[in-house]
Amino acid sequence: MSLSATLANSPPIDSVGVAERVARFSTRSIKKSSKMEALKLALSMIDLTTLEGKDTEDKVRRLCYKARHLHVDLPDLPTVAAVCVYPTMVKVAREELNDCGVKVASVATSFPSGQDDLSLRIQQTKGAVRDGAQEIDMVISRGRFLAGDYQYVTDEIVAVKEACGEAHLKVILETGELHTLENVRKASDLAIHAGADFIKTSTGKVQPAATMEVTLVMLEAIRDHFQETGKIVGMKPAGGISNSKIAIRYLVMLRETLGNRWLTPKLFRFGASSLANDLLMQIVKQSSGVYQSSNYFSID
Amino acid sequence: MSSNSPDRRLSVAKTYKLYIGGKFPRTESGRTFEARSHSGDLLANLCRASRKDLREAVVVARKAFPGWAKRSGYNRGQILYRIAEIMEGRIDQLVNEISSQGVAQKKALKEVETSIERFVYYAGWADKYAQIHGSVNPVSTSHFNFSVPEPMGIVGIISPNEPSLLGLATLLAPALAGGNVVISLVSETRPLAPATFAEILHSSDVPAGVVNILTGFRKELLSDFSTHMDVNAILAADLSLKERKLTEENSALNLKRVVHLPAKAISATDNPGISPILSLQETKTTWHPVGT
Repeated sequence: MSLSATLANSPPIDSVGVAERVARFSTRSIKKSSKMEALKLALSMIDLTTLEGKDTEDKVRRLCYKARHLHVDLPDLPTVAAVCVYPTMVKVAREELNDCGVKVASVATSFPSGQDDLSLRIQQTKGAVRDGAQEIDMVISRGRFLAGDYQYVTDEIVAVKEACGEAHLKVILETGELHTLENVRKASDLAIHAGADFIKTSTGKVQPAATMEVTLVMLEAIRDHFQETGKIVGMKPAGGISNSKIAIRYLVMLRETLGNRWLTPKLFRFGASSLANDLLMQIVKQSSGVYQSSNYFSID
Repeated sequence: MSSNSPDRRLSVAKTYKLYIGGKFPRTESGRTFEARSHSGDLLANLCRASRKDLREAVVVARKAFPGWAKRSGYNRGQILYRIAEIMEGRIDQLVNEISSQGVAQKKALKEVETSIERFVYYAGWADKYAQIHGSVNPVSTSHFNFSVPEPMGIVGIISPNEPSLLGLATLLAPALAGGNVVISLVSETRPLAPATFAEILHSSDVPAGVVNILTGFRKELLSDFSTHMDVNAILAADLSLKERKLTEENSALNLKRVVHLPAKAISATDNPGISPILSLQETKTTWHPVGT
C-alpha cells in the first residue's frame, strides 16, 4: 500500500469514546496470584532508562548493575528487558551487560528534538549500532509531520531503519507534541508503514508524556495493521508511568486490545526509571504481606 | 414550638470522613461503623478505614515529612498555637460531640480545655527542646563536636479510646512540635470529636499530609501500623498487654521505636512534659574540624 493510501485509511478518532474505554481498563480487579504475575511481567518489560545531560559512565554502570541484580532478596525475579542510554554510553552499557540477556537500547537521531540534518542523525544511528546497541529509539521530525510533510517523515524512518541493520527500531512519535489523537493515529500508521518494529509514545522530555489514551490509539493502530497485513509491531509507552497500579492498567489495556500474544517483553515495553522500584516494592509486599519503604530499595 | 411546626428546620447531619493528605476522603473500602450515644441512639456513621487507607496516608506523609522537618521550630510552634486558637472557637462543638457519647458536660469541657492547653504548651517547646537536648560534646581531638535532636519521620499514633480528644492532643502535639509527621488512628468508642478535630487541623496552617486522621478499628489496623516498613515510630498510651506485645513484635521488622506513655499522661490533671517530644527524636552528632 502506498503512503497516501495508508494515511487515507487512518480512521477518525472519537476522543470521548477513547476516554471512556480507557476508564474501563481502570476498573479491572487484579489480585493475588494474577497481580503477582502482572507485576513480574511488567518488571520484565521495563527499559531501564537514564537520559540526562548529567549522565556519567558510572551512572550507566550503576544502572546496568541494577538491571542485572534487581533485588538480591528475591532470587526468582526476571531481569528488565533493556537498558536505554544515550549513544555515547552504549559502549559502557554493552561492556557491563555483555551476555546477561538484558539488551542495550540507545536513543539516536538527535534525541529528543530530532532537529538536525538527516545525514547526521543517520550517522549517529550507525555509530550507536556499531558500538553495540541492539535497539534504537529514534525520534520523528514532529515539525515536518505537523506541517503535513508526511513523505519526509516516512523517508527518514525508512532511512534510519536501514541504518539500524539488525538492531530493532523503535519510533518515538512524541505524542505530547502532536496535539490530537487523530495525529497520533496518523503518525502510528505512518511509522508502521515505514517499517518500525516498535512504536513509542514519548521521549519523556515533553509533557504530557505517555497517557493511556494515546497508548490505546497506538495499540489500535497496531491491531488494525496486524489484521490487515499480519505484521506484528510492538508498543512502548514511555514517561510518567511511575507506579505499579498504572503499569497494571496498561497491561490490562494491552491484553484487551491486542490479546495474549503481545504480553511479552518482545512486543511491549515500559520506558521508565522509577517504575522498577515500585514494582519491586509491590512484589515484596505481595510475598511478605508487609507494606514496604523505599529506604530498603536501591536509589536508582 | 411543636416539633412539626413549619418553621422548625430539619438539621443537616454531618458526614464524618477520613483526613488524608489535606483532603477529606471516604475510606476506599466503602465500609462504615456507627457511633452511638450513651442511650444507644445512632449519632453518625463513620468511615471504617482499611489498610489501603493507611497505605495512602503513609505515602502522603512521607512526601510531607521533609518540608515539615525543615521548618524552623519557631514556625512549627506558631502553627501549633494556631491549632489552639482555632480549637478555642469550636469549644462548643467539641464539647457537644464528646458529651453526646456519654461524658458529663463539665468533664467534657475540661477535656477540651486541657486539649487546647496541650497545644499551647507544646507550641512553646517547639523552638526550645533542641537547645535543652542538644549539646556540645568535649572531645580530645581538634573538632567542634555537637549533637542535635532530629525528628524520626512518620509516627503512627494509636490514639487512646478515652479520653478521645485529650488523648489525641497529648500524643499529637509533641510529635508535631518535634518535626515528625503523623498518621493517627483515633478513638474507636468516641470518634466524633477526633474526626472533627481534623477540620481544625485543616484550617490551622498545618501543611497537607503532615497529620492524617483515620477512624476505624484498632483490632484491624494495629498490625498494619506496626508492620509497615515506612512507619518509623509508634506512639500510644492505652494499649492492652496483648496489643503492646503485637506492636513490639511487629515493630522489630524495621526497628520501629515504640513509645507507650503512662495512662496518667492523658489525664487532665497531669502534664507529660518534654519527654514525649524527645522520645520521637534521633540524635545526630557532627564532628566539625577546627584549628587548635
